[in-house]
Amino acid sequence: MYKLQLESSALALSGRVTRDDVPAFLIEARDILKGKQPRALDLSGLEYLDSAGVAGLEELILELKARVPELKIIPSTPEVEQVRQTFKDSDQPVPKPVSPGPFESLGESILQGLAGFKEAFVLCSELAWWSLAGLFDKKGQRKGSFTAQGVLLGYNALPVVCLLSFIIGFILSLQSAAQLKIYGGNVFLPDLLAVTLVREMGPLITAIIVAGRSGSAIASEIATMQVSEEIDALRMMAINPLRYVVVPKFHAITVVMPLLVVFAIIVGELGGLIIGMSMLDLSLTMFVSRSIEIIALKDILISLGKSIVFAWLIVVIGAYYGFRVKGGAEGVGKATTASVVAAIFAVVIADAIFSLFYLA
Amino acid sequence: MNKIEPIISVRGLEAGYADRVILKDIDVDIWPGEVTVILGGSGCGKTTLLKNILRLQEPYRGSVKFWGQEVLKMDEPSFNQVLRQVGMLFQNGALLNSISVLDNVAIPLEQHTKLSRRVIERIIRVKLRLVGLSHAIHMLPSELSGGMKKRAGLARAMVMDPRVLFCDEPSAGLDPLTSAALDDLILDLKQQLNMSIVMVTHELASIHRVADRVIFLEAGAMLFHGTLTEAKQAGIPAIERFFEAGRFE
Repeated sequence: MYKLQLESSALALSGRVTRDDVPAFLIEARDILKGKQPRALDLSGLEYLDSAGVAGLEELILELKARVPELKIIPSTPEVEQVRQTFKDSDQPVPKPVSPGPFESLGESILQGLAGFKEAFVLCSELAWWSLAGLFDKKGQRKGSFTAQGVLLGYNALPVVCLLSFIIGFILSLQSAAQLKIYGGNVFLPDLLAVTLVREMGPLITAIIVAGRSGSAIASEIATMQVSEEIDALRMMAINPLRYVVVPKFHAITVVMPLLVVFAIIVGELGGLIIGMSMLDLSLTMFVSRSIEIIALKDILISLGKSIVFAWLIVVIGAYYGFRVKGGAEGVGKATTASVVAAIFAVVIADAIFSLFYLA
Repeated sequence: MNKIEPIISVRGLEAGYADRVILKDIDVDIWPGEVTVILGGSGCGKTTLLKNILRLQEPYRGSVKFWGQEVLKMDEPSFNQVLRQVGMLFQNGALLNSISVLDNVAIPLEQHTKLSRRVIERIIRVKLRLVGLSHAIHMLPSELSGGMKKRAGLARAMVMDPRVLFCDEPSAGLDPLTSAALDDLILDLKQQLNMSIVMVTHELASIHRVADRVIFLEAGAMLFHGTLTEAKQAGIPAIERFFEAGRFE
């Protein structure tokens, strides 16, 4: 425990000053010194200081010197003085980095946006080239990677895609049935459901699920490879990382995404069929035949075409955020989150554009 | 005359991962004001020993006492009181990535003391100067090199002036000058604050500079526990090979 005493014109500090004493020590010193201007600080009775004790003492000396610039310090024992020397602050605080002004920030964001756009363009063109080349020349790709990625991105996503599509088909039909029943339009449920699922909900819901599930997996896998220098290692082995890592995913998702959409539509119809048969007294034959009649070949082709575009967007965005990751594990998390948000956003925008073309 | 007691006493420690036993029947004493170096080849269980002493992993059996208190059966609040007197430097620094070096080093002081922010910042400036990182105070961990992360981790480990400091390979990846400066700092902490230091290291130069006592592990078993001179004279082939491999005259 420390002791502070003001004797004639000297402030005497003795005993031990540790981190637990410093707050009380500084308050007590300020109380004692109110209106006083001691000429000396006597540390000769000081027995022990830890690093927080040194910091507290430095604060006191700074305050005393502000009152009496020519303050005399009577040193303590050599051992305590050595500790003071080791933990003495340089009194030259490191200046905080200056944060940029609004115009500088705006300019920086625009430049970063342009650089990002350029990177994305280069990535897309390289990916397009290597994906085409990869169809004819399997060199530079791991053996069996197409199948492995197909299982990962397609087969493993099937249960969740089917479950959600079933629920969506079920809910859509449930909500529509309540309205159709009022106007006696029971017979239109299969038409409504088939058009909604084939043209919009099938590809869109599947793409959103795949973006959340597989898009995040793509981004985090590539980002982890980037921060752990695996991508650099591939480059040093004269292997194009894009060709080795991304192209198999690109090929696999191009094949599995339309298949997932087909499953989503069929299972969604199944959800609607349950409502049609149980609430609107529709027969199985009637439900199936009306659903098939209302769908044109054009609808199916556009639906599958859409799903392929969505799949490409998901892979490109996942790869883009994965490759440009910065920092360690935290960067991986940020890249994954950003890729999922961007992929869902891009899918919805692309869907809107498709709808405009379709109506035109 | 007061009898000097070990600050940490490990008895019959057996530990591992799942069914794989890594450490067998380890008996270790860590003495106050000494630098104890844990030596041994890669994969012999050095880091596992540190983690089990600090309960970052639960050992299969055995006893670990800090200042005479058994800690393996201690509840969390009591063990946290013990941990407030312990510092740990992890192999890669283990800094929180989302906050600056300043805020990383400030965590223990902010959480466990009533010091004002001004005094805390003063302490941190000093600790960062001691590890040669004054210029990096406002940087994020992602902006630091591996060696800098490790030094920032050391600043955080010693910010509370712990009674015992554990260091997992403090000089690995550092240049010889920084490594020597780090050894000098460890000796200063030992002499001036009577801190006890437990180090895992492979650096022979560092071992010769700082070690008061060495523990030599091989394949999870303790081959030797004593002073460096005794270790060299013990006539144990594994230890002789270890020191022989590092000679470059």
